[in-house]
Amino acid sequence: MTKQDQIATTEHRIVGTRPVRPDGADKVTGKAVYGADFYLPGMLRGAILRSPHAHARIVSIDTRKAEALAGVKAVATNADFPRVEMDEIDAGEAGINVDRAAQMCLARDKVFYEGQPVVAVAATSPEIATAALDLIEVRYEVLPHVIEIADAMRSDAPVLHDDLDAKGPSNIAARLDSSTGDAEAALATADVVATGRYTTQAVHQGYIEPQACVASVSGDGQAQLWCSSQGAFMVRSVVAAITGMNLADLRVTPLEIGGGFGGKTTVYLEPVATILSKKSGRPVKMVLSRDEVFRSTGPGPGAEIDIRLGATKDGILTAAIVDMRYQVGAFPGAGAGAGVMHALGGYRIEHKRVTGCDVVSNMPSTHAYRAPSAPQAEFAVECAIDDIARQLGMDPIALREKNAVRAGDTSFSGTPHGQIAFMETLAAAKGHDHYSAPLGPNQGRGIAAGWWVNHGGESTAMISIAEDGTAVVATGNPDIGGSRASMAMMAAEVLQIPMVKVRPIVADTASIGFSMLTGGSRTTFATGKAVSEAAAEVVEILKARAAMIWGVDASRVEWRDGEAHCLADGRDEAPLGIKEIASKASKTGGPISVEKSVYPHDAMPTYAVHICDVELDPETGHVGVTRYTAIQDVGRAVHPSYVEGQAQGGAVQGIGWALNEAYTFNKEGRVDNAGFLDYRMPVASDLPMIDTLLVEIPHPTHPFGVKGVGEVPIVPPLAAVANAVSAAAGMRMFDLPMTPARIHAALNAAG
Amino acid sequence: MSKQHIRATVNGDAVDFLCEPTTSLLNALRDELRLTGSKEGCGSGDCGACSVMLDDKLVCSCLVLAPEIDGRRVETIEGLAQDGQLHPLQRKFLEHGALQCGFCTPGVLVAAKALLERNVDPTEEETRYWLAGNLCRCTGYDKIIRAVLDTAAELRQERLPA
Repeated sequence: MTKQDQIATTEHRIVGTRPVRPDGADKVTGKAVYGADFYLPGMLRGAILRSPHAHARIVSIDTRKAEALAGVKAVATNADFPRVEMDEIDAGEAGINVDRAAQMCLARDKVFYEGQPVVAVAATSPEIATAALDLIEVRYEVLPHVIEIADAMRSDAPVLHDDLDAKGPSNIAARLDSSTGDAEAALATADVVATGRYTTQAVHQGYIEPQACVASVSGDGQAQLWCSSQGAFMVRSVVAAITGMNLADLRVTPLEIGGGFGGKTTVYLEPVATILSKKSGRPVKMVLSRDEVFRSTGPGPGAEIDIRLGATKDGILTAAIVDMRYQVGAFPGAGAGAGVMHALGGYRIEHKRVTGCDVVSNMPSTHAYRAPSAPQAEFAVECAIDDIARQLGMDPIALREKNAVRAGDTSFSGTPHGQIAFMETLAAAKGHDHYSAPLGPNQGRGIAAGWWVNHGGESTAMISIAEDGTAVVATGNPDIGGSRASMAMMAAEVLQIPMVKVRPIVADTASIGFSMLTGGSRTTFATGKAVSEAAAEVVEILKARAAMIWGVDASRVEWRDGEAHCLADGRDEAPLGIKEIASKASKTGGPISVEKSVYPHDAMPTYAVHICDVELDPETGHVGVTRYTAIQDVGRAVHPSYVEGQAQGGAVQGIGWALNEAYTFNKEGRVDNAGFLDYRMPVASDLPMIDTLLVEIPHPTHPFGVKGVGEVPIVPPLAAVANAVSAAAGMRMFDLPMTPARIHAALNAAG
Repeated sequence: MSKQHIRATVNGDAVDFLCEPTTSLLNALRDELRLTGSKEGCGSGDCGACSVMLDDKLVCSCLVLAPEIDGRRVETIEGLAQDGQLHPLQRKFLEHGALQCGFCTPGVLVAAKALLERNVDPTEEETRYWLAGNLCRCTGYDKIIRAVLDTAAELRQERLPA
């Protein structure tokens, strides 16, 4: 089943087409205002002094000389934040610990990673602010540091926090265990077993736009923030909690966001700018440099994963034991939780034990990165499945088909799966011409599957009909990759008016009801549901107004082709269009406007299967991706170009993760590659076209059949690339990234 | 340090401004001239989000000092559309969905225009290597490359002899 098959249905006029996005013109002409593009009169510029040490106690901070510098208007430390006795607040994707978030904005008594903010300055120019940082004297007592997972778990390792582990001071922040059946016994009787220790390194989301904001606090305590984030309401929650403000006193206006991928589901600058503005009485702008982004914002965690996977000779997976250790950074961050959930969740395996733990160490606290924590776990599982297929001489897709979860199977949460489409996605991959295309010398092909749970969450949408019959659709979700287009398309579809008559905006926190952030692949699903339901209510109002004009019962009015049609017996009324009804609104009851809040809990998981061809240069160990195809269950693609774009972008992030990207640290525990030259993300010349095949099995209870699409595409590539490289090299590769040096060494060792 | 007085032509307009000798062209464009279409993604010439034309050369404006543009011509993303009409590249980027967050887009468009002015019939490989200095984290480059090649095809058709 291809997208064309689905799009050819006559069910929808607009959903499934590819119109120009409503925010497109501003984004191709440089007019769109991103985080750093916002200016206010009298605005100061902020700068941050950061820890040069990976682990140290702060002995003293002397800011007097900096405060005395002409042009410096405010200096702030953690002591300027009210000490909040608040644990986690319901913000972000998994809740945010306020005290720890505050320490990632400005350190308190210890620094836990190089680059952790210590003192902030606001001055009349960026140059003065930077000069002031040089005048600040911070005395540190340097402590031993630890970076790697195995080192941090040693009994003699320096312990970062005394209070994380209930079993006594250690760097283990969480232990998770999920078991069914007797995995050890079942492994002992399995016909074939695949084993391995797989490792992945910390990787950055790599959004091209560094974090930026402008804060302005008024004398009466009310404040405004303009910033780039994945959720203005999240910013409001965290900033208000850290700075001790009432939520209604803080108005957060979302600016355009230059990429996030989970990394902008928390704040690093906004509380600092707010405090500096409060102390100086002037607006304060703060912008991170790329170096600061790498050193002080949360990357995705590295992981060590041990797996033993057993199967019968017929290819039935019978037993699995997976143990995972996630390198979560300075504070408990993006940890093993989702890894435990996702590791084996794509397959029916009777006997399984999945354990995981979160290990803190002296690197930036990790944060969500696209399908957070799932790619690492599924990387190990999908490689092991590939090994089973090789041992059995079985087609790797056929092996997955034998074991894939399907509708009615029990999900991780205990409820039966609905109309999931893993089987259809596998079948589409098997039938794709890429899968059977010939390979050249030194080439290898890998396939891997992946799944992601997807999120629902709270969303609000408001639709107002203007006097001329055009519509404004407001939501509370930042548009990170085309969601304005999908919102406008769904509204236009329900209202049955052209898309150009619908103008979507992203509203600020004072102008619309609460909306959870843009994350969890939830916006087109959940916010789209709010938009669809609001539009449906608008249609009911339009019908009622037409009924009033005609003097008939509203039940005798039908909305068809964007017009009200009178069905009342014996009445021969010309249809009333939205423009005519709207123009008479003041005489039929007043404004036509609907605000709708929803909180859907029925988000469905989605599945992806990727096919990757690589060519390996045995002389250098260099790997080039020569062909790549992403096949994905998408529910219904509202705007197929942007759905394909999600699959392509996620695939390429995963390719970078597999082949190039990794945080590296020097002996002092400082990040050694805090720039795009040394932290090498894929560039255009590294890649082929990324082909996509959208499998459309609609969500049965969503107005447009939408399932979340944004995150699952980063799950399969790690294993797809590793399986391809392993095929080309003739040996299993266990460690990411598969750099030329690593592959060359492995080839040499194998002789 | 006293500020320097710089006179230049930016997007066809005569401009003058004061800046520190150490101010980058990117910061001058953004903070002095408020042409914020050019973006800072790295400040070290690695991402290409600040790409502009200096005379006829494609440069990262974060690596050029503002005083270097005295008496010279600068073209930024703000100069790409003419008289309210989108440049064919801008139109094709919208048609192909070649942007997601849009942050790298100005730099990619400026760089792609420089390519097509030199070579109106680039291969996919030539296009990929020309744009290798422009990082995009959203799209995987697929639709960007397609949009540039499609623009080139459209431009060639316009230039076919009558």
